[in-house]
Amino acid sequence: MIETLRRRPGLQAALLIFPAASFLVVFFLMPLFIVVAYSFLERGKYGGVVWSFTLENLQRAVDPLYFNTFLRSARIAGLTTVICLLIGYPLAYLIATQSDRRRNFLLLALMIPFWSNFLVRTYAWLTLLRTNTGLINVTLMGLGLIREPLPLFGNDFAIILGLVYGWLPDMVLPLYAALSRLDPSLLEAASDLYAPGRRVFTRVVWPLTLPGVAAGSILVFIPSLGAFITPALLGGGKSLMIGNVINNQFLAAHDWPFGSALSTIMIGLMLLATLAYFRLVRRRG
Amino acid sequence: MSASYAVELVSVTKRFGEVVAVRDMTLRIPDGEFFSLLGPSGCGKTTTLRMIGGFEMPSRGEIFIGGEPQGYRPPYQRPVNTVFQSYALFPHMTVYENVAFGLEMRGVSREDIRRRVAEALDMVRLAGMERRRPSQLSGGQQQRVALARALINRPKVLLLDEPLGALDLKLRKAMQLELKQLQHRVGITFVYVTHDQEEALTMSDRIAVMNHGLVLQVGTAEEIYEHPNCRFVADFIGETNFLHGTIAGRRQGALEVTLDVGGTVLAQAGQDIGRGQPVTLAVRPERVRLSPGLPGGEVNALSGTVEDVVYTGVATTYWVALGQGERLMVRQQNEQIGAGPVAERGEKVTVSWPVDAASVFAQASEAQAQAAPEAGA
Amino acid sequence: MSSSPSAPEAKQRPPHRDLRGALRAHLGGMLLSSHAVLLYIFLYLPIVVLVVFSFNDSRFLAKWGGATFRWYGELAGDTQVAYALWNSLFIAVLSTFISTVIGTLAAMAMERYRFHGQLAMDALLYLPIIIPDIAMAIMLLIWFNLSGVGFTPWKVELFGLRLAVPYSVIIGHVSFNISFVAIVVRARLADMDRALEEAAQDLYANSWQTFRRVLLPMMMPGIVAGALLAFTLSMDDFVITFFTSGAGFNTLTVYVFGLVKKGVTPKINAISTLMVVFSLALVGLARLLQKGGEGAPVDVDLF
Repeated sequence: MIETLRRRPGLQAALLIFPAASFLVVFFLMPLFIVVAYSFLERGKYGGVVWSFTLENLQRAVDPLYFNTFLRSARIAGLTTVICLLIGYPLAYLIATQSDRRRNFLLLALMIPFWSNFLVRTYAWLTLLRTNTGLINVTLMGLGLIREPLPLFGNDFAIILGLVYGWLPDMVLPLYAALSRLDPSLLEAASDLYAPGRRVFTRVVWPLTLPGVAAGSILVFIPSLGAFITPALLGGGKSLMIGNVINNQFLAAHDWPFGSALSTIMIGLMLLATLAYFRLVRRRG
Repeated sequence: MSASYAVELVSVTKRFGEVVAVRDMTLRIPDGEFFSLLGPSGCGKTTTLRMIGGFEMPSRGEIFIGGEPQGYRPPYQRPVNTVFQSYALFPHMTVYENVAFGLEMRGVSREDIRRRVAEALDMVRLAGMERRRPSQLSGGQQQRVALARALINRPKVLLLDEPLGALDLKLRKAMQLELKQLQHRVGITFVYVTHDQEEALTMSDRIAVMNHGLVLQVGTAEEIYEHPNCRFVADFIGETNFLHGTIAGRRQGALEVTLDVGGTVLAQAGQDIGRGQPVTLAVRPERVRLSPGLPGGEVNALSGTVEDVVYTGVATTYWVALGQGERLMVRQQNEQIGAGPVAERGEKVTVSWPVDAASVFAQASEAQAQAAPEAGA
Repeated sequence: MSSSPSAPEAKQRPPHRDLRGALRAHLGGMLLSSHAVLLYIFLYLPIVVLVVFSFNDSRFLAKWGGATFRWYGELAGDTQVAYALWNSLFIAVLSTFISTVIGTLAAMAMERYRFHGQLAMDALLYLPIIIPDIAMAIMLLIWFNLSGVGFTPWKVELFGLRLAVPYSVIIGHVSFNISFVAIVVRARLADMDRALEEAAQDLYANSWQTFRRVLLPMMMPGIVAGALLAFTLSMDDFVITFFTSGAGFNTLTVYVFGLVKKGVTPKINAISTLMVVFSLALVGLARLLQKGGEGAPVDVDLF
């Protein structure tokens, strides 16, 4: 039998991939299809579904009431991504230009908060931001710098802050990877060809690190769009994102088909964003 | 299938999907020979080596090692060892563990392993390096560890895949000699893959020149250099002038060729080529003689104009225009200091060469020459 | 470079412009450094505050009432916390082990072979990473509900605690962790010279010996990194655990989420602090395992 295995690499590959393939088909792919299928079913009386086809759920999902939540979520995720890029790029640049020892230290320092529990990190911000009892407002009012508490909590600002805090390393790492792969002689060549510093950046550094920018953006945008914990905690129950609406459909409203429809749309958006990323990367070789 | 051949390939073909990497190859390498597979990248030389090693299986044909057919035997059941292009030293093992690996896998006793590793490291002058890691060694040292790791198993055949490619020129030259001496000492058959013609000429007992998956010519360094059997071999090995012409007939056992640039020359007849056929004539630049003035009726003499003179240390190279866009490269040894060039730029000169210095290949039959290579000892 | 004598005249600038350039470069460097300092403060400040206030001897977070260990003392006697902790560890260890084995095998298949359906398999391995956990959570919820299996608990006794962990939670964690392990191990494999395996075979090692003596030791840093990532993600997860467990089942994260929903207390700070310390210890351990703490903390080739 071992003899047969040796002669047939196809069989070896099949045996190696079988556990992952079967597990993911049963516990990922089939659930995915079921959710898509549920989007087209009618709601049952006490939760669950009635097995008859309808487009009502998808129609409801694009109703302004819910569609606005999608738009808001996309705006929050987009802003989060842009902010992460704006503050992450200079940091990645700095890290990439350090000596090996310092660069490893800085990377480690960047990763340590990232490795700690996401909920805990979000909770930490909750204690800082809360309107009346948050540490920032209490301190500022105690110092007499402000009279009224600042609106730091229960709004988009708090959510974006929490998301930026949560996903910044996901932006910095691919940027750092792209920057550290840059051949320094390219920058020298650009300077040698009369490009001033600013133009070296816009004409050489930026285009060459664009794949890193795309990778970082996708890594921040996707989890931000699907965020649940951050809006649940920092949105203060008022400022909701699509993840919370889906959550409510299952836990409060017991409307599984509609929750499925919202999820299907969300997954579709993620796939589109990812495909756009791969197209960009492939075009740039 | 006589057992005096270390390696024997019989009608071996290797396909990768649509691509034919090696085409109907038959090759016999006697015991104790230093044999090189030479050719440009993608010619099939490495695939051939990998098939002997068992890393690829032939699509057709059979490979014999020491007279035994190898069939689908995996590498670990073949009496050959390989020195890889990247050396492939195990980075997580010490030099000692690397060299001992093969013996350990074959269940050799601990004491024997210790003794033989010491011998092997002695042989490649690395005694005392046992506990180093590959990453702590220089390129040349890594290469010697790779050699020791392969040779310690006393294989019937040692396969070497461009083992000197990663070394700088000086070290490469030194290692060429060292490898050659090592091979004499251990008496093992070496099959050596390289794209460097100079390296092949320097080291090998015999060379197989390959292109597009075919063996074009097999022979000693001198045979291949002096008597190439096709245009590709003449072009790939050393530098060559090519002149075009037509066969005018036979004279004194040689072929008479009328050149396109005018004039008639004699050349040795490697193949039988019929009258009126278009041919290519190959002449090595160092076999051409250059003298001032017009030809005085000697054989194989043409007149031309010096276009350029380049001094390169041991020799001076002249570019001589023969008309109709054909140029001839002539190389003359600089035997005396201060002798100066034989001719200046723009000067009219005569170029000539002995009859046996030129090879003739039929232009049309070049494809046929490739399809029917003269393979074998 | 610009000072080379052959440089065209256009490049030779008057000295004051060079000074200005140097000043600007210096200023730029300072800006860059202060930007980085601020960012690192931003990253660490909340965690520092969190830790400090876990020692606060006051029910109200915003008022400092002196230092105390009393919240930690309370935790020690809290059986709910103990159950949540052991549930978390049980799930994390088990799902990490399963997904590391499955993910490593998949990485080997993807990196060392060419087979039919490889592209589809690639997509299938990437999808669980792309899809947000809330979507994955409801996918699994519906699936387990529909198939009627999975919610039955696995009963084990650990250190005198009777745990009842639903299979569905473990399955859920494995299904998102396989992909992460596979990708990390695959990046490691891609860096490995294939000639190393051929060299082992050439030196009489059969397939098993080649795997055991060469491939596995060389993959090990990748496997450790992948397992660590899986473990962290499993400990970190709230949404999927919450949806696939049914009511009343707590992991540490689910438990803390419940507490936070009720209000902010120093006790939560104490649990959180312990969780941060735990993940710090884990990262430290991993770096000790890998090359004695040398080398880059992240594998750049992953991106």
